[in-house]
Amino acid sequence: MSIHTKTIAQLSQGLKDKEFSSVEITQHYLDRINKSDLNAFITVTDELAMQQAQAADDKIASGNGGILTGIPYAHKDIFCTKGVKTSAGSKMLDNFISPYDATVSHNLNQADLVMLGKANMDEFAMGSSNENSFYGEVKNPWNKNKIPGGSSGGSAAAVAGGLSCFATGTDTGGSIRQPASLCGITGLKPTYGRISRYGMIAYASSLDQAGPMTKTAEDAAIVLNAMAGFDEKDSTSAEQDVPDYTANLNDSIKGLTIGLPKEFFSEGLDDAVATEVMNAVKEFESMGATVKEISLPNSAYAIPTYYIVAPCECSSNLSRLDGVRYGYRCNDPKDLEDLYLRSRSEGFGAEVKRRIMIGAYALSAGYYDAYYLKAQKTRHLISDDFKKAFKEVDVIMGPVSPTTAFDLGSVKDSVSMYLADIYTLSANLAGLPGMSIPAGFSNKLPVGLQLIGNYWSETKLLNIAHQFQQQTDWHTKTPEEG
Amino acid sequence: MEWETVIGLEIHAQLSTKSKIFSSAATKFGQEPNSQACAVDLGLPGVLPVLNVEVVNKAIKFGLAVGAHINQRNIFDRKNYFYPDLPKGYQISQMDIPIVGEGEIEITVDNEIKVVGITRAHLEEDAGKSVHDMFNEYTAIDLNRAGTPLLEIVSDPDMRSAKEAVAYAKKIHALVQYIDICDGNMQEGSFRCDANVSIRPMGQEELGTRAELKNINSFKFLERAINLEVERQQDILEEGGSVLQETRLYDAVKHQTRSMRSKEEANDYRYFPDPDLLPVEISDELMASIKATLPELPVEKKARFIADLGLNEYDADILTSQKSLADYFEATLKGNEKNAKLCANWVMGELSALLNKNQLEIEQSHVSAQALSQLVARIGDDTISGKIAKDVFKAMWEGEGSADSIIESKGLKQMTDTGAIEAIVDEIIANNSPQVEQFKSGNEKILGFFVGQAMKASQGKANPKLLNELLRKKLS
Repeated sequence: MSIHTKTIAQLSQGLKDKEFSSVEITQHYLDRINKSDLNAFITVTDELAMQQAQAADDKIASGNGGILTGIPYAHKDIFCTKGVKTSAGSKMLDNFISPYDATVSHNLNQADLVMLGKANMDEFAMGSSNENSFYGEVKNPWNKNKIPGGSSGGSAAAVAGGLSCFATGTDTGGSIRQPASLCGITGLKPTYGRISRYGMIAYASSLDQAGPMTKTAEDAAIVLNAMAGFDEKDSTSAEQDVPDYTANLNDSIKGLTIGLPKEFFSEGLDDAVATEVMNAVKEFESMGATVKEISLPNSAYAIPTYYIVAPCECSSNLSRLDGVRYGYRCNDPKDLEDLYLRSRSEGFGAEVKRRIMIGAYALSAGYYDAYYLKAQKTRHLISDDFKKAFKEVDVIMGPVSPTTAFDLGSVKDSVSMYLADIYTLSANLAGLPGMSIPAGFSNKLPVGLQLIGNYWSETKLLNIAHQFQQQTDWHTKTPEEG
Repeated sequence: MEWETVIGLEIHAQLSTKSKIFSSAATKFGQEPNSQACAVDLGLPGVLPVLNVEVVNKAIKFGLAVGAHINQRNIFDRKNYFYPDLPKGYQISQMDIPIVGEGEIEITVDNEIKVVGITRAHLEEDAGKSVHDMFNEYTAIDLNRAGTPLLEIVSDPDMRSAKEAVAYAKKIHALVQYIDICDGNMQEGSFRCDANVSIRPMGQEELGTRAELKNINSFKFLERAINLEVERQQDILEEGGSVLQETRLYDAVKHQTRSMRSKEEANDYRYFPDPDLLPVEISDELMASIKATLPELPVEKKARFIADLGLNEYDADILTSQKSLADYFEATLKGNEKNAKLCANWVMGELSALLNKNQLEIEQSHVSAQALSQLVARIGDDTISGKIAKDVFKAMWEGEGSADSIIESKGLKQMTDTGAIEAIVDEIIANNSPQVEQFKSGNEKILGFFVGQAMKASQGKANPKLLNELLRKKLS
C-alpha cells in the first residue's frame, strides 16, 4: 500500500510508529503533484509544506503530536492563508497575498497540518464543473476527459488522484458533495454555522459552509474535529459545543430509518446512477435499517430559489472587488467610473458576471419583492419540508448528482449546468448537514450516495457513513494511474 | 403668494464608543491616516462584521429618551453602492426595521412650545474619507472613519422655519450629550445635520418637492442654508418654475448651495438584509437595565428647576439647553440653594458674557463652577455687594485667585459695621449742607447723591441696605 492511498488514520499511525516521517510523506505528495496533470492546484506551497513537515516531525519526536500532526492536505483557494496567494480561482485576486489567516486556516495550523498548496476551484465557488477557474479546468482523475465537479473540483481531484491525503472544501449549493461524488471520495457539508466563515471568501453568505473532503468517513470526522467550533469573528457561527466526531463512528445503525424523497428519484436522474444509489440503500437495509418513502414537495423550487438567493448575496459580496484597494486593476483608468467598469469587466469571468447581474437585477427597486422576498419565503417552505420529514426518519438518502462526471466542455449553457445541483441545493437552503460517500460506479466513473441529516447531526451522519464503509469497499478504489 | 416652509432633519450622531460598530479598531479622531483600519474596515476578502453591543445600548438609550418605540428585533441591511471610500461596496445600515421607531421631542421657539416628531433612528456605519488635496492628480483614501458607529435620527417634516429647525437640532444635540451617547463635536463631524426643505402655498396640505441640503457643520450654517434654500425655491416657484428633487451641497464660504445629484441620478441601493449579521434581539431585561441608567433628561431637569428652584421658564430653558451649562449651573448652586435665581443670573449674565466675548465654551471657562459658587455665596452672606462681586469676578477670570482671597487681599469686604458707616454718613451730611436742604425740602432724588458720595468714601464697600437706612434716618 503506497503512502498516497493511506487514510489520515493510517498515516497518523505510521508517523507515530516511525514507519515514515512527515517530511517523507510530504515530499512524496509534492513529487506526485509535480508530475500530475490534473491541474488540481493553483499554488503549490512546497517550501512552506516542507517547513511545516519538519516542525511536525519535531513535534512527533517530542511526543506532543496530535492525530493530524504532519498530515499533508490541500486547502481550497477560497480560504485566506497569511502570506500565501489566495485567489478564489479568479483573475481578480491573482495578485492577492492574504495578510491574514481564515479561522479554518488558523485551526488547521493549530492542528500541525502540512499545507501542500491551494486547490483549484471554480471562480469564487461559482460552478459545478470546475471549468470556471481563471487557472484552467481541473481534470477528473478517473477519466481526464471528464470534469471533476465543482466548485471544490481541485480539492476532490487532489484527494482522488492521490495528490493529498485530504482537502478542505466549501459548499454553497453542493460544492463539496458533488465533486466528492464525481471523484469517488467522502465529502461532508456540515450544518450552517458549524464551521467559521471568517476568512473564507464569501460567495453567498447565508449558504456557504466549509467542510472536509476525505478518503473515508472516519477521516472526515477527524478533520471536522479540527475545523469546527464557534468563532467570535463570525456572527453566524453557532455557539454549540464540538463533540468528538470520531466517538460514535462504531455505533450500530440497526433500526435506522432512512427516508427516500420521491422527488429525488424522478425524471432527470440517470438510470445507472439510480441503480447504484438503490443498491447502496439495500446495503443499509441488510445492515438493519428500514426504508421509508417521503416527500419534499417544495424541492422542485430549490433551483430557482437558490439561483435568486445566491446571486443576490454574491452581487453584494463581490462589490468589494473594485480595483481600488487590492486585487486586479485595469491599466490606465480614465476616471473612477472607467476604473470600476474595466477592472470588474476584465477581472471577473463570465459566470461570475452573470450571477452578479442576476443578483443586482433581482435586488433592484421594483423587483425585490417578486424575486428576493419570494425566494426567502420559498426557502422557508423548503426548510419546513425537511423539518416534517425528520419527524419520521433519521436520515434522508438519495443521489448527489443526476449523472456521473460529464465531458469537459460538454455543458455549454448555464441553465443545464445549474440542473447538476438539483439534489444538493436543498440542504444549503435549509442549512442542513449533507454528505456524499462513494457508492458504486457507472461506466468506470464514481457514483456518490447523498446523506442529509437533521441539524447538528454530523455525529450521526458520520456514524452511518462509517458503518457503510465497514461493509463496502467503494471508498478504497483508486483510479488507475497513467 | 404666502409660502409655508416645511423642514425635516436627518441628524447623524456619531456614537461615542471606543471601537467601531463592526470591528475592534479604535475610533479616535485625528489619527495618522489608515492607522485605525483593520482587516474588517479595509473590506478584505473573507472578513465578517461583528456587532459592537455598546452601539445597541446607546441607540436604546436614545430611543428611551425620546419616548420612542424600540424594535426589540431589528435588522441590519446592506445599502449597495460603489465609492472608493466605501470599502465593501455597501454600507451596513438599517432599512425596514430600525432599532428606534417613532418618538418625539419638545422644542421652544419664541416662548412657544412645539412637539417635533421623530420618525425613526437607525444604526449604521460611517464611510471613510476621500482626500483630494494630498497627492497631485490622485485622490487618497483614509479609512480611519470607516466603520465608525452612527445613529441616524430622522425627524418628521414638522419644522416650519429655519429657527425651528435649529431649535430642534440643538435639542437633539443637547440630548445626545445628556445621555452620553455622542460627544456632539460638530467640527470633528461627530454631529451632522442634513435638512430636507420644501415650501408650499400657505394652507395647502400636499407637500412641495423637497431638496436635501448636505454638508452643514454648524447651527449657524443650518439656519443660513435653510433660509437660502427657501429663498431659492420661492424664486423658482414665483417665476413659474418647478423645484427639482435633488441633493444640494451647502458652501459656507460662498454662502450658496449647489446641486450634487438629482433624483434621476440617485442610486438604486438594492437594500437587503445583511446575511453576515443576525437580527438584533433586545431582551426586556436589557431595556429595563438601560432605562435604569438614564440620567435626568433635559425636559425633566427644566421642570425641576422651575418647580424646586423657582426659576422662570425662560431661565430654566436656557440653563438646560446644554448639558455642560446645566452641569455648571448645578455645581454653582451647591451651597447656594436658597439663591438659585442669583446663581442663574450669574451663569447666564456675567459668565456667559465673558465666554461669548472670548469665544469660549463653558468647559473652557477661566472660572470654575466651584469658584463661582464661592463668589455667589459671598453675595448671599452680604460679604460683598453685587457690584463689588463683578470686579471680583473679573479678577477671578484674570487668574488672580479665589473669590475669598481676592476679597481679602483687596480689602473688598463689605462694610457692615453701623458705626463706621455712620461716621461716613455724618461727615458727608456735614460737608454738603445745600444738598441736605434740598432733601429736606422734598427732593427725594438727591438721596442718590448721598449714596454715591458714601460709596465713594467707603470705596464701594458700604452695605447698600445699611447705608440707605442710615442716610434716611440722619437726613430726616
